[in-house]
Amino acid sequence: MTTTSTLPARAGVGLKAEHYGDIVSGWPDMGFFEVHAENYMGEGGAPHRYLEAIVGRYPLSLHGVGLSIGGEGALDKDHLARLKKLIGRYKPASFSEHLAWSTHDTGYLNDLLPLPYTEATLDRVCGHISEVQDALGVRMLLENPSTYVLFEESTIEETEFLARIARRTGCGLLLDVNNVMISAVNHRMDPFAYIDRFPTDLVGEIHLAGYDETTDSAGDRLLIDTHGSAVRPDVFDLFIHTLERTGPQPVLVEWDNNVPAFAELAAEAARVDAALDAVRHKPVAAQ
Amino acid sequence: MNRKVVTLALASSLAAAMATAAPAIAQDMDAMEKCYGVAMAGANDCAAGPGTTCAGTSTVDYQGNAWSLVPAGTCEDIELPGGRMGSLAELDRDLP
Amino acid sequence: MSVEGWQARFAGAVLDPEAPVPGGVGCVRGEADPLRFAVYRNNVHAGLVSALLAGFPAVARVVGEAFFSSMARAYVAQAKPRSPVMMFYGEDFSDFIAEFPPAAGLPYLPDLARLEYLCTQSYHAADAAVLDMRALAEIGEADLAETVLRLHPAARLLASPYAVGSIWSVQRGGQGRKVAADRRETVLITRPRAEVRLTVVPEQDVAFIEALNAGATLGTAAEAALAADGRFDFGRALAGLCALGAFRGKDGA
Repeated sequence: MTTTSTLPARAGVGLKAEHYGDIVSGWPDMGFFEVHAENYMGEGGAPHRYLEAIVGRYPLSLHGVGLSIGGEGALDKDHLARLKKLIGRYKPASFSEHLAWSTHDTGYLNDLLPLPYTEATLDRVCGHISEVQDALGVRMLLENPSTYVLFEESTIEETEFLARIARRTGCGLLLDVNNVMISAVNHRMDPFAYIDRFPTDLVGEIHLAGYDETTDSAGDRLLIDTHGSAVRPDVFDLFIHTLERTGPQPVLVEWDNNVPAFAELAAEAARVDAALDAVRHKPVAAQ
Repeated sequence: MNRKVVTLALASSLAAAMATAAPAIAQDMDAMEKCYGVAMAGANDCAAGPGTTCAGTSTVDYQGNAWSLVPAGTCEDIELPGGRMGSLAELDRDLP
Repeated sequence: MSVEGWQARFAGAVLDPEAPVPGGVGCVRGEADPLRFAVYRNNVHAGLVSALLAGFPAVARVVGEAFFSSMARAYVAQAKPRSPVMMFYGEDFSDFIAEFPPAAGLPYLPDLARLEYLCTQSYHAADAAVLDMRALAEIGEADLAETVLRLHPAARLLASPYAVGSIWSVQRGGQGRKVAADRRETVLITRPRAEVRLTVVPEQDVAFIEALNAGATLGTAAEAALAADGRFDFGRALAGLCALGAFRGKDGA
């Protein structure tokens, strides 16, 4: 089995179809590109044509959104086969998925839905991750979710839940700092304390994105994971704090709604690269 | 029709057409020349979609019984027989 | 509380807008908060609606975005995707539109949706070499009538009693010109390189391309086309279709 991730410790961006033309006409300096695996599960045509060209010049991170690892039901074997085919074709530097579920008896729900953190769900998720890693022949990264509700039956704290999964299955972790901020605000936790509890030695990639803000029924702040803007200042501060603990990492800027011109996305990536350079010249903080 | 005659007719017809520049023939075919654009946006995402975040509209957005009676679209540019333009009707039942 | 319980309850409540927040789902204050749960419910539905909007932009332009969203929500309520691959969601959206009373005044709308779904299929279809003019010219005179040309994997054909190709073209192009809908059109979708391209097949060539699509030899297809329309010109039709990338060539060529 290959190592968890061979992405460079640089800024990367999500590959959007809107930007194909910009990228192949200028080959901009970029640490890596990340794609949602499901958007490349057609047989051929433009998506593969562009991805083929881009993979020839940049490292690729393959990020799944539809495997439903956090669900009770069995994994979709057809979907695993499609992922295996993609990995075989593009040989990505990293494969990652979410601690969430999206498929139930009723079909595919097209959202990353939350799960309670219990010994039973821990066993189930570990089983799924082992199955994924065996089927795909790669070690994967598992991403922490953003959540809007809490389950009364949860007995395990999220960072511990993730750490135990990683230690049991050998998978790495994808630390989405925007998700940390969203869940922390939504559940009145200290996001810095969350990062300090996070098993930073297992991190193989960091995600950054923009959130939207609203209020819930009681008028409390409710942050929503929209990926529709630049990284918010509080998330960037939390990211700097994170880097001081993890050291330089591959860092993805996600921008999936209100997709800006490529230059604006590249400017976000440059801001991240500057932060990575700064941390390279600082010693990593004690764990 | 005699098979051999057909064969000859086909061959000479094709040869005549080939003598014309192919792109001109394609143009001649009433081509609308409207390409699909370079790329369709990917359909899978891992973020909340636009319009899903405003607490005030969260439930309204799903129930959506507010039908547009006056079409805001372009259907009035598309003529149906009898000079009708076609119209959209109010749904006479609630959505499930 | 059974382990199986939480997910079934959560999924059930996400899908039913009348359902209360499922048991066991709360927030930091302890109580269930309907607005917090509504983010998930709304996201699932709005996400599926926006997938349809991405796949059927011409239909959306014709009816306007408000009507489209309402129609899409009604479809989503009864047709959840079975696969996590969202690019092919909406396979039977056209059939749904045909049975959707508020859209009955626009009888061409189901075929416009069919056309857009075929475009999506074409866009993602398998790559293959396109038969070029040189390869066409190399077919021997004696073999021509018995030759079967296979359509390219990205080629699609839609025959409609309505002018769906023209309607599609105007919607995509954004011009405000009027289209008479009540005219039959057969639209050929090809993907000669990576770009999907739509062509309204000239009336006299329709029987020819339909016969080829059904697997007929060039000779049989030409006879059918001539019988249907005396204006049919074999060479012009075949060279034109070839130039549009309608046929599959030899791979590796």
